[in-house]
Amino acid sequence: MEDKKLVEVQHLKEYFPVKGERPFERKYVKAVDDISFYIRKGETFGLVGESGCGKTTAGRTILRLYEPTSGKIFYDGKDITHVNMLPYRRKMQIVFQDPYASLDPRMTVGDIIGEAIDIHHLAANSKERRDRIVELLSLVGLNTEHANRYPHEFSGGQRQRVGIARALAVDPEFIVCDEPVSALDVSIQAQVVNMFEELQERLGLTYLFIAHNLSVVKHISSRIGVMYLGKMMELADSYELTFHSVHPYTRSLISAIPIADPKTARAAQRIVLKGDVPSPVDPPSGCRFRTRCPYADERCAAEEPEWREVSPGHFAACHHLDRVKDEKPAIG
Amino acid sequence: MSEKLVDIQNEKLSFFTPAGEVKALNDVSLYIRPGEVLGIVGESGSGKSVTAYSLMGLTAHPGRLTGGDIYFNGHHINKMTEKEMRRIRGNEVSIIFQDPMTSLNPVYTIGNQIREGILLHTKRSEKQANERACELLRLVGINEPEKRMKQYPHELSGGMRQRVMIAIALACEPKLLIADEPTTALDVTIQAQILELMMSLKEKLDMSIIIITHDLGVVAGMCDRIAVMYAGKVVECGTTDEIFYQPSHEYTKGLLRSIPNLYEKDHKKLVPIQGLPVDLLDLPEGCPFATRCPNCMKVCMKHMPEYTDLSDNHYSACWLLDKEKFMKKQRGALT
Ligand SMILES: Nc1ncnc2c1ncn2[C@@H]1O[C@H](COP(=O)(O)OP(=O)(O)OP(=O)(O)O)[C@@H](O)[C@H]1O
Ligand SMILES: Nc1ncnc2c1ncn2[C@@H]1O[C@H](COP(=O)(O)OP(=O)(O)OP(=O)(O)O)[C@@H](O)[C@H]1O
Ligand code: SF4
Ligand SMILES: [Mg+2]
Ligand SMILES: [Mg+2]
Repeated sequence: MEDKKLVEVQHLKEYFPVKGERPFERKYVKAVDDISFYIRKGETFGLVGESGCGKTTAGRTILRLYEPTSGKIFYDGKDITHVNMLPYRRKMQIVFQDPYASLDPRMTVGDIIGEAIDIHHLAANSKERRDRIVELLSLVGLNTEHANRYPHEFSGGQRQRVGIARALAVDPEFIVCDEPVSALDVSIQAQVVNMFEELQERLGLTYLFIAHNLSVVKHISSRIGVMYLGKMMELADSYELTFHSVHPYTRSLISAIPIADPKTARAAQRIVLKGDVPSPVDPPSGCRFRTRCPYADERCAAEEPEWREVSPGHFAACHHLDRVKDEKPAIG
Repeated sequence: MSEKLVDIQNEKLSFFTPAGEVKALNDVSLYIRPGEVLGIVGESGSGKSVTAYSLMGLTAHPGRLTGGDIYFNGHHINKMTEKEMRRIRGNEVSIIFQDPMTSLNPVYTIGNQIREGILLHTKRSEKQANERACELLRLVGINEPEKRMKQYPHELSGGMRQRVMIAIALACEPKLLIADEPTTALDVTIQAQILELMMSLKEKLDMSIIIITHDLGVVAGMCDRIAVMYAGKVVECGTTDEIFYQPSHEYTKGLLRSIPNLYEKDHKKLVPIQGLPVDLLDLPEGCPFATRCPNCMKVCMKHMPEYTDLSDNHYSACWLLDKEKFMKKQRGALT
C-alpha cells in the first residue's frame, strides 16, 4: 500500500429537499452532513453505520452520481467537485448490493460486460472484445460458457460476480462497493469477500467498502469510519477501531453485534441502546447521538462536538472522550 | 425437563410444482423441551421456515407432508383436522415473522390488531381486552401504550413494529414462540433490544422459543441447542457448545470457517464453502452436501448417511462419523 491519497472528501454535505408539514415549507434530509476523510491508494476504507445514516449517499456523492450540496471532492490530487466527470467515469466504478436488481434481465452476461467495454471504446474489434469478456469472467471465477446465459440463470453469488466483472471491464482504479455481500448467504459471502481481496492484490484496486455488518467490514478494511445520522462519529485503523474505540456510539455498536462464539457471547458486557435513530430531517441539536447516548449531558445538547484527532490517525467527535476512556470496552 | 414439547420424527415434505417435485424437507428429526431455546440455522432454501410452519399446520399450497410424524404437546399434529389445528395455533403456539410490515395490517390501528387476538383466544370483555393489550405493550417495552394503540403500523419504526408483533404473539400465552428471522430486517442496535426482550420474556412467561436465523452470532448468544439444516435435512443437532466447539458435520464446520470473527486480532483468510447450493428439484442420491464437501468419499455420493449419536444431545449425519456403518456401505458401494 502506498501512502498516497487517491480519494479525499472535505466537509462534504449532501442534503435532499423534502416536503415540510406546512405548504411551501422547505426542509432537508441531511443525509451526509459535513464529513471529511481520505482513502489511500490501494487500501480498503470501510464505512459502517445503521440504516439511513448516509453511507450510500456518501459513496454516490463521491462518484458525483449526486451533486454535492457543499464541500470538496478530490481524486488523485485533483479537485473534481465541479468538473466534467466523463474522464473519471472509467477510473471510478460502483458495485451494488442487490445482484438481482442491478443487472438487465434481457441481456446475456456477455453483453452486460461487453456494454461497458463498448461505451468506453476499449476494444478495437470483436475478437478483442470477446477475449476481454472471457478474461473478465475468469477473473471473477466464472467460465466462458457463462457469457451466453442470462442473469436469472445464476445464483446470488454468481450474479454478484457478474456485477463485479462489469465494474472491472473498464479497468477502474477505485470501486465503491455498496453492501456487495449483504444479500448473500454466509457461505457464499466468504467466496465473494475473498474474491474482492484477491482482485485488490492482483489489480492494485482501491475500495470504499460500505456495509452495516462490522465483522465483514473489519475483515476487509484497513481503516474504518463510523457514521451516525449523516455525521462521522469515529475513524481509525480497523484494529484500533475494533479494540480501542473511544466513541460511545462505536462502543455500543460493537457491543450489539452478536458474537459467533458462545463463551465470549456469555461473558460479553452488552450496552443495549435505548430508543430508535431520530429523523434526519430534524436531527437532535448538538451531538446527534445524544438522545441515545449513555454519557449525554447538557453540553451535548448545546454544542456540537468537534471532530478531532485523539491519537495519530484516530479521529472522533464527542465531548466526553475522557469519561468513555476510563471504562472498559466491550472487548479487548 | 426431559419430556418433549415438540417432537418431529423423519418429516418429509414436498411442493408439487409444475416444474416437478421440490423436495423441501427430506427427513427432518427435531425435538424441543419445555422452556428451551432452539436455534435453526442453515442457508437460504434449506427448509427452516417450511419446518416451522408445518409444525403449526401451515403448509402453503402445493406443499404436502409425504412422511413422518409431528407431535406438539402430546397432539399428533399431522393427524389433526384444520379446526383442531386452529385452536392449537391460537392458544399454544405463536409465530413472528421477519418483516413485521407485511404481517401487520396497514389499515387497522395497533390497538385493533392486538385486541382482536385477545378476544379471539381468551374469554375477555372489550374493556378487559383493552387493559390486557396495554399490559402486553408495556411488557414488550412500549411506553405510553394508550397512545400507541391509536396509531397505524406505518407510524412506528421497524423495531417498534417488531415489538408489537411480539405482543400479538404473546396474547394467547403460548407454550411455544416461533421466531422466523425476527431481527434480520433490523439494525444491530435494535436487534440487540429485540433479542434481549425475547430472552427476558422467555424467563417471565416460561415458554419455549424456536429461533430461525442465518446469523450464527444470534444463536451463539441465546440458544440452548442448535439444529443445522442443509437441503431439507437436519444434518447436525447439538447443544450450542457442541455445535460451536465440537462441530462434526462437514457443512457445520464449513459454515463456522466461513464467517469473519470481529474479535480476531490478526487477519486470517476466510475459508468459503466451495460450490453452489443443491437443486431441490434434482436431489442427489447420497448425502446432499457431497458435491461441496472437502472430504467426500465414494459412499457419500451413493448413500444417505444415517444419524450417529455423539452424546445425549448431539447427533449428526455424516459417513465419516461411523466407521463400522461406513465400512459396510463402502464395501457395498465399491462392488
Ligand atoms: N434520493 C434521495 N432523496 C431523498 N432522501 C434520500 C435520498 N437518498 C437517501 N435519502 C435519505 O437520506 C438518508 C441517508 O440514506 P442512505 O441511503 O445514504 O443511507 P444508508 O446509510 O446507505 O442506509 P442503508 O444501510 O439502509 O442502505 C436517509 O434518511 C434516506 O431516506
Ligand atoms: N409455496 C412453495 N412452492 C414451491 N416451493 C416452495 C414453496 N415454499 C417453499 N418452497 C421451497 O422449499 C424450500 C425450503 O424453503 P424455506 O422457505 O423453508 O427455506 P428457508 O430455509 O426458510 O430459507 P430462507 O433463509 O431464504 O428463508 C425452498 O427451496 C423453497 O423454494
Ligand atoms: S458528545 Fe455527548 S452525546 Fe455525543 S457521544 Fe459524546 S457524550 Fe454522547
Ligand atoms: Mg445504503
Ligand atoms: Mg425462511
